[in-house]
Amino acid sequence: MSTAEAAPIAAAGGRPGRRRRRRLHRIEPRAVFGVMSRDATVFTRSWKTTTFSSIVEPTIYLLAFGFGFGALISSIGGLDYKQYVGTGIVATAVLFSSAFPGMYGTFLKYRFQRTYDAFLAAPVDVDEIVSAEILWIALRAGVYGNAPLLVAIAFGLDPKPTALLVPLICFITGAGFVAFGVMLAASAQSIDNFSYITSGVLTPMFLTAGTFFPISSFPAGIEAVAKINPLYHCVQLVRDAVVLGIDPLPDLGHLAFLVAFALILWRLAIWRLRKRLID
Amino acid sequence: MDVSSGSPAISLRGVVKRFGPITAVAGLDLEVPPGICLGLLGPNGAGKSTTMRMLTAQAIPDEGEIEVLGYKLPGESKQARAECGVVPQLDNLDVELTCRQILTVFARLYRVGPRERAAAVTRALAIANLTERADTKVDELSGGMRRRLLIARGLVHRPRLVLLDEPTVGLDPQVRQELWSLIDGLRAEGTTVLMSTHYIEEAERLADVVEVMAAGRIVARGRPQELVTAHAGRETHEVYGPPARLQELRAQGEAAGWTMRRSGPALAILHAERHDGTLPEGVRRAATLEDAFVVLTGEEIE
Repeated sequence: MSTAEAAPIAAAGGRPGRRRRRRLHRIEPRAVFGVMSRDATVFTRSWKTTTFSSIVEPTIYLLAFGFGFGALISSIGGLDYKQYVGTGIVATAVLFSSAFPGMYGTFLKYRFQRTYDAFLAAPVDVDEIVSAEILWIALRAGVYGNAPLLVAIAFGLDPKPTALLVPLICFITGAGFVAFGVMLAASAQSIDNFSYITSGVLTPMFLTAGTFFPISSFPAGIEAVAKINPLYHCVQLVRDAVVLGIDPLPDLGHLAFLVAFALILWRLAIWRLRKRLID
Repeated sequence: MDVSSGSPAISLRGVVKRFGPITAVAGLDLEVPPGICLGLLGPNGAGKSTTMRMLTAQAIPDEGEIEVLGYKLPGESKQARAECGVVPQLDNLDVELTCRQILTVFARLYRVGPRERAAAVTRALAIANLTERADTKVDELSGGMRRRLLIARGLVHRPRLVLLDEPTVGLDPQVRQELWSLIDGLRAEGTTVLMSTHYIEEAERLADVVEVMAAGRIVARGRPQELVTAHAGRETHEVYGPPARLQELRAQGEAAGWTMRRSGPALAILHAERHDGTLPEGVRRAATLEDAFVVLTGEEIE
């Protein structure tokens, strides 16, 4: 602002600034969209690699298990095995396209590129950064999660109309896992720490989610533990929406679990990242 | 607007910031009047960067009060940040984006409306002399260009206060000159500037008022020339000779109460005009801000 512009305001006296003061809230859509626009701009350059890795891996699992095991096991719980795996592997696709970008992306941005430091010097708070990252990556997961399903459909799976809910289920599950990734990234001392998480947490999670076999084949104790795995609830919801049909009460339970998981991890991610970024 | 009605653009009162056992800022009082360029001059480790980070609430003080543009920190920091521009010491540009993309993202973050956004970006590119590089990716820019882009990013929303943390650190002299004229241009427009630096020449060249910071506190303040006169006198007398001779002279000077500093290969005796006739043969020159800085901070300049 030039002094020439400022002078008349000063001459008017009083505190005109008071009136112009706009309350900036803790989470403002404009700041969230601003941060997302950065991610979207980067994505215009990197979408090929991101899309490749997010889609190809689950698809390979689908083909390998669907056709490999499918030749040995004709059906599980009344479902053709290819249908069983085709719906289950949606959760795997969501996990791969949310937890990993949440972990590695966040770590790179705050540790090496200091992108978040730059945002925080602008009128953007940690809450908004975390919310934007979660929204953006969860949106992507909401899209990528459908890939295995489309492959399964190409191989003869006949979806119910409620299959249109799958992107929403993927989005909500994805949101929780991005937040999980952001929280870990904000707590990690080095990028090598993520190997522990991948081998010790994420891999067991996706193998025990009821994707490839029902968790009821586990001993009761382990089955109970497997039920606190958000991916299990995602698998159940997707399978019901696509082939088994919605069963209102249990499915509301699954949905509530996923929403709670996302909301709790969202707050935890903000808490951890704030500790990291603000001295 | 508070600034134009005369209250300070920035005020810090008794600000303390500790990092574990280290006290980075130890009871800092600082006022930046509107419309000037204030240079926060101090050696590395004086607490300048911590102070700058506290002004954007990226560091929260353990004690004391901070107001920026009339907003109380940290509670109203977001409002303050919306009205000021920040140029950090460390390059935190998004290397995957082009100049225009970065400025567009930040125009959004600074709440520049969609209709004005393109014009704001064009203007910022022009200020930083990057119009021809608008669509070049950051990792293809030279160091000087990146630094100019960093400044443009802090100016895209026409802030009335700009915080520059060591704006020319690590740049070659020619690039430094370029940036100095850019910063000079801001000051000429009436933008309030707070600049931290450990380059004496930079403070002397750009700052209307210099606050000398050492060990987390302000140790002196004033216009550059006032600081020189107050702390180094009018003239400095430099004596050249073999180290042993200078050692001897230093002992003699200490007995006689001279203020002295090492100045390259010479021993510099400050306030030389007070000791006329008693000084050994040497070279007389006008006292500089560097002389005053060394006296104030106890830091020798390399």
